[in-house]
Amino acid sequence: MKNTNEMEIRFESRSANEGFARVSVAAFMTQLNPTVEEVADVKTAVSEAVTNAIIHGYDSEVEKVCIRCRIEDNVFMVEVSDTGKGIENVEEAMRPMFTTKPEQERSGMGFAFMEAFMDSVEVESEPGKGTRVRMKKSIGKGREIWTTQSL
Amino acid sequence: MKYQVQENCLTIYLPREVDHHNAEEMKREADAVIDRNHIKYVIFDFERTDFMDSSGIGVIMGRYKTISLIGGEVWAVHANARIRKILTLSGATKIMQIYEEEKL
Repeated sequence: MKNTNEMEIRFESRSANEGFARVSVAAFMTQLNPTVEEVADVKTAVSEAVTNAIIHGYDSEVEKVCIRCRIEDNVFMVEVSDTGKGIENVEEAMRPMFTTKPEQERSGMGFAFMEAFMDSVEVESEPGKGTRVRMKKSIGKGREIWTTQSL
Repeated sequence: MKYQVQENCLTIYLPREVDHHNAEEMKREADAVIDRNHIKYVIFDFERTDFMDSSGIGVIMGRYKTISLIGGEVWAVHANARIRKILTLSGATKIMQIYEEEKL
């Protein structure tokens, strides 16, 4: 039997909620007993995905962003979705340094950060319908070695 | 935004968290100060910072673009391991110097 747990939050796409989003996800994640580094990785990835939904998905209009988190044993899954304008070309959008908003000084590193800090990142998007970013990370890799080591 | 100007050098004391939410205001204020004081060097002080995402990289890159036109430089000080990782990963370390404190 797998040890599972789930949570879902929905909030308005206001930039003030970016901090709320990553802290909520981090709090839910603590039951996996993650390292400080692992929490920081997930917080960064969530922050990138939520920021994308707010500035690109909704073009700063106030709509709803949804985050779903699921735990399956030691695997942490987080899904950030919006019902905004969607992405025409996902592959292009995920290329490092690519940005559609250079005038706003977006670095184009959002997806690159998500990929660097999570084990996997999947993007589903349909123009006019919205975008869903699904990320996974297994928590506690290599910690076994420590706990079983005899003194 | 907390900052200090000494001659042509601007030190920006970054907040605890640097994200899209507070990056916008920082950009606006920093640009105004840079323009007003003929700033050539910008120092980002990460003393209080424990979180930064790619929006922070945007702030650094943007300021670099402005001051590199007049031969200026951007620096990072008091960056912890996490912040260094973000700076390295984004390639920001190619355009900015990280000031290493002397270790005892």
